Amino acid sequence: MFIINCPYCGERDQTEFSSGGEAHIVRPKQPTELSDDEWAEFLFMRKNIKGIQFERWNHSHGCRKWFNVVRDTSNDKIHAVYKMGEKPPVNK
Amino acid sequence: MPQELRINNNKFIDQTTRLSFKFNGEKLYGYKGDTLASALLANNIHLVGRSFKYHRPRGIMTCGSEEPNAIVQIGNDPSLTDPNVRATEIELYEGLEAFSQNCWPNVKFDIGGINNLLSPLLPAGFYYKTFMWPASFWEKYEFFIRHSAGLGKSPTKPDPDIYDHKYYHCDVLVVGGGISGIMAAKLSAENNNETLLLDDKNILGGATIYQNNDCFQIDGTHTNYWLEKEIKNIKNIKNLTIKTRTSLAAYHGYNYLLAKENLTDHLSPDERKGKIRQRLWKIRAKKVIIATGSIERPLIFNNNDRPGIMLSSAIKKFIDFYGVKAGKEITLFTNNDSAYETAISLKKSGVNIVSIIDIRDKSSSKIVKEVEKHNIKIYWKHTIVNTEGYRRISFIEIMQLSDDGSDVIGKKIKLKTDCLGISGGWTPMVHLFTQSGGKLKFRSDDNVFLPDKNKTPSDQISIGSCNGDFDIKDIILNSNKDVKTFLGIENSSFDNLKVESSKEEMKRNIWLLPSDKPIGKTKPFLDFQNDSTAKDVKLALREGFKSIEHVKRYTTTGMGTDQGKLSNMHALGIIAEITGTNMGELGTTTFRPPYTPLTFGAIVGRNVGEFFDHTRKTAMHNWHVQNKAKFENVGQWKRAWYYPKNGETMFEAVQRESKAARESVGILDASTLGKIDIQGTDASEFLNRVYTNAWSKLAIGKCRYGLMLNEDGMVYDDGVTTRLGENHYIMTTTTGGAANVLTKLEDYLQTEWPELDVYLTTVTDHFSTISICGPNSKKILSKVIPDLDLSDEKFPHMSFKNSIINGIKCRVMRISFTGEHSYEINIQSNYAKHVWELCMDAGKNYNITPYGTETMHLLRAEKGFIITGQDTDGTMTPSDLQMDWIIGKKKFDFIGKRSLYRSDTIRDDRKQLVGLLTDDPKEILEEGAQIVEKLNQKPVEMLGHVTSSYFSPNLNKSIALAVMKSGKKLKGKKFFVPMENKNINVTVTDTVFFDKENKRLNA
Ligand SMILES: [Zn+2]
Repeated sequence: MFIINCPYCGERDQTEFSSGGEAHIVRPKQPTELSDDEWAEFLFMRKNIKGIQFERWNHSHGCRKWFNVVRDTSNDKIHAVYKMGEKPPVNK
Repeated sequence: MPQELRINNNKFIDQTTRLSFKFNGEKLYGYKGDTLASALLANNIHLVGRSFKYHRPRGIMTCGSEEPNAIVQIGNDPSLTDPNVRATEIELYEGLEAFSQNCWPNVKFDIGGINNLLSPLLPAGFYYKTFMWPASFWEKYEFFIRHSAGLGKSPTKPDPDIYDHKYYHCDVLVVGGGISGIMAAKLSAENNNETLLLDDKNILGGATIYQNNDCFQIDGTHTNYWLEKEIKNIKNIKNLTIKTRTSLAAYHGYNYLLAKENLTDHLSPDERKGKIRQRLWKIRAKKVIIATGSIERPLIFNNNDRPGIMLSSAIKKFIDFYGVKAGKEITLFTNNDSAYETAISLKKSGVNIVSIIDIRDKSSSKIVKEVEKHNIKIYWKHTIVNTEGYRRISFIEIMQLSDDGSDVIGKKIKLKTDCLGISGGWTPMVHLFTQSGGKLKFRSDDNVFLPDKNKTPSDQISIGSCNGDFDIKDIILNSNKDVKTFLGIENSSFDNLKVESSKEEMKRNIWLLPSDKPIGKTKPFLDFQNDSTAKDVKLALREGFKSIEHVKRYTTTGMGTDQGKLSNMHALGIIAEITGTNMGELGTTTFRPPYTPLTFGAIVGRNVGEFFDHTRKTAMHNWHVQNKAKFENVGQWKRAWYYPKNGETMFEAVQRESKAARESVGILDASTLGKIDIQGTDASEFLNRVYTNAWSKLAIGKCRYGLMLNEDGMVYDDGVTTRLGENHYIMTTTTGGAANVLTKLEDYLQTEWPELDVYLTTVTDHFSTISICGPNSKKILSKVIPDLDLSDEKFPHMSFKNSIINGIKCRVMRISFTGEHSYEINIQSNYAKHVWELCMDAGKNYNITPYGTETMHLLRAEKGFIITGQDTDGTMTPSDLQMDWIIGKKKFDFIGKRSLYRSDTIRDDRKQLVGLLTDDPKEILEEGAQIVEKLNQKPVEMLGHVTSSYFSPNLNKSIALAVMKSGKKLKGKKFFVPMENKNINVTVTDTVFFDKENKRLNA
């Protein structure tokens, strides 16, 4: 049960948030031009890293804002929190 | 002989308050301050239960939460009885009733005890090996296994007790109120930290509070007196909160901890009334200090499990704290100095000590010399090779140990004793540290696993004996030093304490003590609760199990309710020895929360019964109740399901409602549909992207049905959206999908399309929706809103008007989910019941009929309209639903578009929506029933299943929707729906059954 520092609200209990999976997967601008394989890559393929992972989180029981989190999945340590559209703070 | 083993000791026990209690029906007495265990021992009762597998008699072994044997059932009230309670933890109260568990017919004569005679046949893994084959016999085996196992009985009726939850934030949490915990709490609180101190006992002070021994002194007084004074002082510190009877259950990440506070379990049933029983504390601490102490290890030797064999430290607590002699002729068996403290305590209280058996060659520490002064016989370098006594230990046999400790030599000596204290050293309680994610290191001097300071996941320290300090001098020195560093404190009142103690110099450890008999003929128990022996561990290793986690599961060592608090170290030691591994490399099994069992009541707190989940009711709810509606749960909503009249069955009511809605007029509370207000200059573009069809050209004042997909192309939600203004729409969603749709739309808006100027607001609760449908709906509406022009030219199907009813603004949509001419009035919720009643009044002469969700479902099925979530299941594309018409093929993109022509989604043998008619029009199919082509095929090929099925009163026949492989091509073909006792003949049809030309919309 970790604490997330919402960039809009501040530190809140994990129960207020919901996870949105891997971050920085950009929806293709022209999906019609993609092959089945390329589209499947976007649609289905997600990393499941033991260690540092870039994730999307939503403050669903708070301000309802989406933002990004850098979390170590092996110990839940959160290394950074940053807004949507902002560059990841660590070299990705 | 009442309390024959009680001595006068009024310090912690109130001997002026006598309490009566019953154990297995026998009336006994104890005192206020006793635990059930101490009261039983005062009455010279050791035998309290039977072991799990062999049903061997077992007695009280410890004085705390690590107790493996003295596990009892409290009370026999069917709603209040409490199983698996440790007698060593439950405080005595007037009228307490306790029963032994795991024995039948009673503790003294137990039929399961026959397993003990069969024990050569019950080795480790016996159950796995024997009850595996044939698989079909498992049910029979299970019956016997469950019957002969059983750890207490669950209550059979609902728990009437009240449980509570409390959230708590503090600067520093100190877990454990022994000497180091008290020191830490004082230092922390005195230095401006909001501090919480927890202890699971009713009295603070741990084992030091009764350590009244010349060898252990602080500033010239016995350690117990010194600590007593400290405890008195800390109670006055303002920012220190102390909670006793509160045990820490779990230590999660980010210093989030759960603790259970017992509020009434120590009170008599009369005193409990109306009070909260237990409170679960949910604690967030900036810093945590763990001071959970250590527990004594047993020694592993032949027949080490008889009643009367106890931990030496428990015997000490019973005499020093409770004033109870654990026996009349006590023997101590040890590998370290702490048994000598017990000897002195016993001697002081006048208990006869038979002798001390010590596996070490010699010890010349202060405390041993002190004992030698009392002329107690000490057998150095000896071990116990056997014990006797069935329901109580009566004799022990000892022999000299060989130099390497692997064998016994010399003559066997037999000693008479009625109680044996064993001491195998100490195990630090590192459970909480590891639960939090901390890693352990191994100290080989005394074979202990300790917290590794470099592998601590959160802001915490461990101090005292849980950190490996066992000498009072080290405990005080290091606790003071470590807490100061941890909290950044410069000076402490503990800086210059003069501490005297007896330093232990000699150590000797033998995990499995030898006997004169071969191991096969001995019973050296490791896990007393689960009845696994050192022999079992050896067998598991012989059979190829290597990992400690596997050995644990195979032998069940450490898998009882005590989670192997006593047994784990010896199991590890034996495995390490046999496999020639270093114990540090072997590691430990994982300690998982809770540290001690939690009640379900404490876990759920107040969230029971009507508070289990939120209930959402529409503004018209009370009207539905008054009109005898039956309700169904749709998510958290209570929706009117049908309105039975004069004893109608559900079927009859729904048939009547459905007919009335098509013949005259019906009225439905549709308020639960999700409503999202969409505004912004890019609102139209946004809808273009989230729905499959085109929205830009929708005129202001018009409504349109939309289908929303997931990015994988599967239908996700549907509903009608109305254009209220140039940049303003109101979207409706399904009842169950409302929250998810909003979340999904917000996600796209915030993350994929932040450039769009669109704002979403949920207005589901703000507006209520009254749906009026049927050929007479127009007449009702014209009565309720006389000013509104309802002509088809001015107010056609799929359009909307702003209007006013009795001065109240409302939105009226002419849309239909039934195929009838119908209207939806959307009105601010606090006026909705009033408007509903106006409509009912206006409809009196037209037999206006309120209908519920069941009729709504029937009417739409007649028209072949889908319900997402019923006719779809997340694997249906629009094309599968025969709704290709709703795909905006010319649109550049929308959510899910690209997936509509993936190789898998364009397969023509996908399951597709079809209509089904039964050959016998009276036969109603069951929803979920499978559809097959051939009856005698094995395995039979499932072609699809029924998704919606009703008897249509308007068509006077049964109708159904179904999904079938290649369904689009099957029109007119015949299939079977096999049921348990018959096969139903069906024919595939069009999905629209009623008014195929949509004439009624404008009727
Ligand atoms: Zn927020």
